[in-house]
Amino acid sequence: MANILEISGLNFRYPDAPKKAVADFDLSVPEQEIVVLAGPSGCGKSTLLRTVNGLIPHMYTGDYSGEVRVAGSVVKESTMRELAQKVGFLFQNPENQIFMFTVERDIAFGLENLGVPRAEMRRRVDEAMRLLEIEDLALRAPHELSDGQKQRVALAGVLAMNPRLVILDEPTSLLDPRTAAELVGLVGRLRRDLGTSFVVVEHRLDLLVKVADRMVVMSEGRKALEGTPREVLFGDEAEAYGVSVPSVTKVQKMLAADGALTTERLLSPGELAQDVEGQRH
Amino acid sequence: MIEFQDVTYVHQNGVRALDGVSLSIGSGETVAIVGENGAGKTTLVKHVTGLLKPATGNVLVDGQNTRETSTAQLSRKVGVAFQNPDHQLFSESVEEEMSFALRNFGFPPPLVEQRVKWGLELFGLEEYRKSSPLVLSGGEKKRLTLACILAWDPEVVILDEPTVGQDSIQKEKLSGTIRMLTSSGKTVVVVSHDIEFLWPMQPRVVVMKAGRVLGDGPAARLMQDRGLLESARVAQPQLVEFYEHLVERPNSPFADPLEARRWVEGRAR
Repeated sequence: MANILEISGLNFRYPDAPKKAVADFDLSVPEQEIVVLAGPSGCGKSTLLRTVNGLIPHMYTGDYSGEVRVAGSVVKESTMRELAQKVGFLFQNPENQIFMFTVERDIAFGLENLGVPRAEMRRRVDEAMRLLEIEDLALRAPHELSDGQKQRVALAGVLAMNPRLVILDEPTSLLDPRTAAELVGLVGRLRRDLGTSFVVVEHRLDLLVKVADRMVVMSEGRKALEGTPREVLFGDEAEAYGVSVPSVTKVQKMLAADGALTTERLLSPGELAQDVEGQRH
Repeated sequence: MIEFQDVTYVHQNGVRALDGVSLSIGSGETVAIVGENGAGKTTLVKHVTGLLKPATGNVLVDGQNTRETSTAQLSRKVGVAFQNPDHQLFSESVEEEMSFALRNFGFPPPLVEQRVKWGLELFGLEEYRKSSPLVLSGGEKKRLTLACILAWDPEVVILDEPTVGQDSIQKEKLSGTIRMLTSSGKTVVVVSHDIEFLWPMQPRVVVMKAGRVLGDGPAARLMQDRGLLESARVAQPQLVEFYEHLVERPNSPFADPLEARRWVEGRAR
């Protein structure tokens, strides 16, 4: 299967910065994959995301070398307008992203900017609202909504553009645990139903590891670790790079090291209890 | 130190953000406030700083009614690191940002310098001393707002979602800082969804829902109250959930979560 994102030999340094924010970075993301990007704060995650949606080099200048390709197009040689139709970006705080008087106008905003014909726009806005189960909010004012609802509205605005790749920057950090779990479930469902790929920056991994295919850990602008969530979280280095290993995963790792568990995937507290009981008898 | 007496607060859109909250937080206590988005946690915090005044009821901070005290007076006593650091940072450089409040409170210049140095070191921000706060990452900005507050040594420290954007190493440091504050007798209030972060500190926990206090007590007791957590949409700490599952499974050989924990930890050796 083709890669939706292909980063090769990427280096970027902000003007006057003492060192590179991203250094010798390579990454391939196949279609329909969910990749978690983790690493200590200030390791270059946000900079890397900007090179994917084109803010770098189109809006931020600096020393740039190497190549980033999204759905076959070279980011450096594409316009922001072209990129906006390939990569969607959901900010951490949906307040920074929604601002119209009604939810449906907000979702339509990106499409209006592209000059999409009215009927087509209507269809895509309705489809995005249906996917995120927010049809009943269509005429509400975004500022009246709960944080979880706002996050869904912002994501609907992103999906209405039909991006092949969606970048989520700490999408659950401001959400309560239940709302966060619903959002993560939604990401898994969108990947399945639409075939969208996701790159998710996240510190809180307990929920996300259930749907993620791969984890990449950055440190000082470089790729430090890469593997399945199990490979990375069971490894000895993850915590040294500031990755928050979920506490139930630590127990699973302890028991696996003892030979007590052989399950390959990462387990929830309930599943782990079931496995432990199975072998205690 | 902080006393809420039957406090009600109604937002402009008619939503009752606080609905008859009575709560008493003693000097030197560490209290975690949890609850779903929109439960009223941040509104509660804004009442302690006097940014909001109750519609009915009273809020007392160190015996003073916030209705009769200016926010300037209160801010000397209460330091808050808000959820979104962008609402709080405004100076040209990190160093300026840190000195601002100290100078306003009339600290002598050598002390200002000493405190700035202390704060930057504590939060690993020395290299940004001359940089604009705007170049910091989200996590670094949060640490800067906290450094600014601790520098003027308020009696009450309130942290609103302090772990957002922080990696595990920074979270570890943050819980160290909270322990340091607790052991130096400060009153610490932490508003957070991050139950995994709160749990090891074993604080007193206040569970809020729809502007009311739904539960209040030690973490060890409240985090086992599944009915309460369910209705407040608060997650149970993973390990609490795991050990409870172990005990509750049909034919479980374990009498209680502690026994289950001993067995698991025994296996790990």
